[in-house]
Amino acid sequence: MATADAQTGHETSAVVTDVAQPATAHASAGAARGVAQERSLFDREILAQAAIGSVKKLDPRVQVKNPVMFVVLVGSLVTLIESIAHPGVFDWSITVWLLLTVTFANFAEAMAEGRGMAQAQALRRMRAETEARRLFPDGTEERVPASGLVKGDLVVCEAGDLIPSDGDIVEGIASVDESAITGESAPVIRESGGDRSAVTGGTKVLSDRILVRITAERGQTFLDRMIGLVEGANRKKTPNEIALTILLSALTIVFLPVVVVLQPFGHYSGASVSVVVLVALLVCLIPTTIGALLSAIGIAGMDRLVQKNVLAMSGRAVEAAGDVQTLLLDKTGTITLGNRIASRFVPVEEGAEEELAEAAQLASLADETPEGRSIVVLAKERFGMRERELTGERAFIPFSATTRMSGLDMGERRIRKGAAEAVCAWVAEQGGAVPQDLTATVESISRSGSTPLVVADGPKVLGAIELKDVVKQGIRERFEALRAVGIRTVMITGDNPLTAAAIAQEAGVDDYLAEATPEAKMDLIRAEQEGGKLVAMTGDGTNDAPALAQADVGVAMNTGTTAAKEAGNMVDLDSNPTKLIDIVEVGKQLLITRGSLTTFSVANDVAKYFAIIPALFVATYPQLNTLNVMKLHSPKTAVLSAVIFNALVIIALIPLALRGVRWRPAGAASILRRNVLIYGVGGVIVPFVFIKLIDLLLTAVHWY
Amino acid sequence: MGYLWTIVALVAVLALAWRFLGSYLVAVYEGRVHFLGWIERPVYRALSLDPEAEQTWQRYAGALVVFSGVAILLTYLILRIQGSLPFNPQHLAGVSPALSWNTAVSFVTNTNWQNYAGETTMSYLSQMAALTVQQFVSAAVGIAVAVALIRGLSRKGSRTIGNFWVDLVRGTLYVLVPIAFISGIAFVAQGAVQTLAGPVTVHDALTGVTQVIPRGPVGFMESIKQLGTNGGGFFNANGAHPFEDPTALTLFLSISLILCIPVALTYTFGKMVGSLRQGFALLMAMAIIFAACLAVTSYAEAQPNPAVAAAHVVHQRSGNMQGKEARFGPMPTSLYDVTATQTSTGAVAGANDSFTPIGGLGLMAGMMLGEVSPGGVGSGLYTILLFALITVFLGGLMIGRTPEYLGKKIQAREVKLAALGVLVMPITALVLTALAMSLHAGRAGPSNLGPHGFSEILYAFTSQANNNGSAFAGLAGNSAFYNVTGGIAMLLGRFAIIVPVLALAGTLAAKNVVPSSSGTFRTDAPLFTGLLIGVIVIVGGLTFFPAVSLGPIVEQLSHGRLF
Repeated sequence: MATADAQTGHETSAVVTDVAQPATAHASAGAARGVAQERSLFDREILAQAAIGSVKKLDPRVQVKNPVMFVVLVGSLVTLIESIAHPGVFDWSITVWLLLTVTFANFAEAMAEGRGMAQAQALRRMRAETEARRLFPDGTEERVPASGLVKGDLVVCEAGDLIPSDGDIVEGIASVDESAITGESAPVIRESGGDRSAVTGGTKVLSDRILVRITAERGQTFLDRMIGLVEGANRKKTPNEIALTILLSALTIVFLPVVVVLQPFGHYSGASVSVVVLVALLVCLIPTTIGALLSAIGIAGMDRLVQKNVLAMSGRAVEAAGDVQTLLLDKTGTITLGNRIASRFVPVEEGAEEELAEAAQLASLADETPEGRSIVVLAKERFGMRERELTGERAFIPFSATTRMSGLDMGERRIRKGAAEAVCAWVAEQGGAVPQDLTATVESISRSGSTPLVVADGPKVLGAIELKDVVKQGIRERFEALRAVGIRTVMITGDNPLTAAAIAQEAGVDDYLAEATPEAKMDLIRAEQEGGKLVAMTGDGTNDAPALAQADVGVAMNTGTTAAKEAGNMVDLDSNPTKLIDIVEVGKQLLITRGSLTTFSVANDVAKYFAIIPALFVATYPQLNTLNVMKLHSPKTAVLSAVIFNALVIIALIPLALRGVRWRPAGAASILRRNVLIYGVGGVIVPFVFIKLIDLLLTAVHWY
Repeated sequence: MGYLWTIVALVAVLALAWRFLGSYLVAVYEGRVHFLGWIERPVYRALSLDPEAEQTWQRYAGALVVFSGVAILLTYLILRIQGSLPFNPQHLAGVSPALSWNTAVSFVTNTNWQNYAGETTMSYLSQMAALTVQQFVSAAVGIAVAVALIRGLSRKGSRTIGNFWVDLVRGTLYVLVPIAFISGIAFVAQGAVQTLAGPVTVHDALTGVTQVIPRGPVGFMESIKQLGTNGGGFFNANGAHPFEDPTALTLFLSISLILCIPVALTYTFGKMVGSLRQGFALLMAMAIIFAACLAVTSYAEAQPNPAVAAAHVVHQRSGNMQGKEARFGPMPTSLYDVTATQTSTGAVAGANDSFTPIGGLGLMAGMMLGEVSPGGVGSGLYTILLFALITVFLGGLMIGRTPEYLGKKIQAREVKLAALGVLVMPITALVLTALAMSLHAGRAGPSNLGPHGFSEILYAFTSQANNNGSAFAGLAGNSAFYNVTGGIAMLLGRFAIIVPVLALAGTLAAKNVVPSSSGTFRTDAPLFTGLLIGVIVIVGGLTFFPAVSLGPIVEQLSHGRLF
């Protein structure tokens, strides 16, 4: 955890090594990258594969998993037998369209899978057999194929080598190109010890030499898991999907007797009811639209996450994301830009601001951290101080966790900047006195949510630099949007309560946890969960692992440790904590798409009744033609039109199923009103229009 | 104008019942009412039962099924051997096995389908000890199940849902007996007969005709018949008989009694789950469906009878008078019959068979929509809650959250049980109707041919599968076929719904509660009520539309127009 340690000073600089700029990572999601290769919805390659897949999936053993479509398949076999026994254009047309209905459903699923398959193929190519240099305890090396490595092996990787498998660096530091996985081209620094020691198989060492201990079993590497995930190899139905399947099965089961009893009803009434028409009616009534698209929606939801460079270990986690009521967000990188920026020089004891600025700039010239650079820039802006060439004997004193200061020794002049306590102690050591008003200055800076850096020139304290935590642009609006959908945001920070409160207020989060320790975080998650809430969080450190495992949605940063990645149920390849908000959106969109298409599917039945029921009995009861409100041409065209509409609507809705219903953060009532209007009311109206159109077309071409 | 004032007065009475009876029911089922403890405690002692010990849903359902099974057996026995039992002034013989079975099931399931004419079939003992007793306890069972489901929804992490025996005893003792007793006095005071003295013989010296006028313990049976939404009357003519329903005031009292508990239970529900608005949202859904059915039937019955019009009788000012209670006319009769069919009561003040096809459809609609508007005592509430769960499931998905109702997550198991409970009725009704049409024994039942005969059979099974008991009439139901299949329909319509409901109560009680937020689908708002009505209408509409179009719709269209 980069931030939890950042208590007082500018020590975070040491770990600011990677992390794609969080603010832009979201916007750049469209670019070609790692796993998430953006593909057009109608990519020709995928379409071709899906077409083949849709025929292969006609296998009854596949169909039986989807009760709704299985009924359609059985129905089409019944009409097929009927068509062979009593051949006629009408019966054959119905049979063909029923088979097409099943095929279209398969096509939808194959389309959704195809996108994952294409990504998996790209990953497989990457996993091309690499050689590893296995190191023995005696120091000798052996070249083995990467697939021969087992957990616990030590391997050596040098510049230009592909890292053979997942592991932790036990020795050395290296810059690594992880673009194969993350798509991010800027290399990242990996070093032994701490939270940046994990390396992933398939990534490339660009410089230096590292010793890696393999942590993954054969076939269990991150890359292997990733391939499995995007392929949906062991996709399980999610809880809501199971519940919905039950409802759809129930609707199928109830329509079976509803249709079957029409045979005796018709017989009683003196009507001869054709089996083909009954099957057609059954297929039109059971929720084929949602039945056909249900699995495609689920797969596409996972795929949309992959597009956002997030790997979910299970569909269950994605669904849970939609239910999340509390988001735990790390301050640094999520709410504020990772780096603090110098915003003000505050001199003490009537000292001149310029004097302070000059000393601060000098002390920061060799300081390459973003904070250091921002001090130089501020001095330049305020007083036009140019960066000076330092002449003469000089020594840059780097920051260390023990001294909590950095500075510059230039001849006799010794300048230090750092945490207030550390600098005061140093000044006292030099025989200087701490000015009266320093404490007040430091406190007032802290209270405003900024971090004070005290600057001393020899025994004299010049004043403080205000390092401002810069809240990301637009983050406040996002939190407001989240509040509208009922999600509470909690900021987690290592800052003291004063600073935390100020930033929390500026960013507009609902709550904050200051001076957070892993234990405090864990307690917070437990408390929320006991209240019945689902909690999502991000984390990257080993000490985050228990909390990541406890949270309902735990998003591990790809830059994080192996332990963190294993504890969470999602991995963000961009290591961008703001992603959590996107993940919640994808989860919600997934459920909304399912619910809306179910509503649409059921609402469609009304029009189909008005097409088929009069057609079924009009020969016996001519007065029933009053119910033929669409004025369809003949009973045959009416039934056929309904069946054709029923099949075509599946194709028409594939793009919607794959993209998901549009979701905008708003209150539950307004989302519901909108979706009921579009998919409920729309679902009643649309089929009336299209069945009529298809009927006109059939009549025009005399194809019935 | 009179009709309008009747409805206004009814709404006023029901508003009072909602508020005061509703909160009284809460007190009764939360065990805060004890004024009859001196009867209550000995009952528990006799049953050697600890009133504080609660039951899991399995034990609750087990007790309920055992109790009902024993009740069916006892009722059956009394009917079979009534000839050898006292209080039989007419010396009526024992009832046939098939009819006894049908009648026993009918009264135990709160259906009160009557394949017999009471005054010529049942001894006074059978009417009192077999039938009236069941009118009390079957109603108490219904309320108990509803209360158990409410407990399931309002509890959190609980294994138990109450004690069946306690709920049964308290419901009977503190709710049904006192109200039925007081209103029974009102019935008797208004002229409903209450005697054990047997029929009277009146000799008209002028014409020389001797007339036998049946009498019996009618008045008090009448009050529980209405209060418990039973509907099984003493006489064959049911509420159209002046000894059952002597005055316009008792007609109004009947309608009020029928509706008061189902309506009040929505208050009880709201109070027990901690938000009256939740109960009110359900009540509004019930009221809107009720009003729509009432409007359709009232309008249809205000139209002239087409057959009379065809005979060139132009003057039909009061609408379709055929088969109406002549003392009150089409409108109050429609109100009474719509009330009875929407509440699982099934009492009639006219001949439903003689309603216009669309008027008859208005009666059927209440049943086909699952009897939730407001439905029978207890059964109305628990059935509409099943629909509410399905509504919440669809609505919840549409806002992007795992659906929840009152903070309880609605997942696979809940959907399974709710769907089962909702779908049993239409499947039972349709399959048995189809069976009747396929068999000679079934086709022999209806007294009409064509669509009207179809409606008669469809109505019979819809009524029994709903535990309504109202008869379209015109169906000769006392045959082995209709007695046996009807009994099956009633058993399924009762217990194949109650058991899933109790299972649901059990799973819901065990669940944790998700706190609500602005992202929660609000179930106490008009949007929910609208959606709930939509789900009820679509489920009922989609399942019954083909059947209805072959019955009432085609018949009405034969008269030239739908309205």
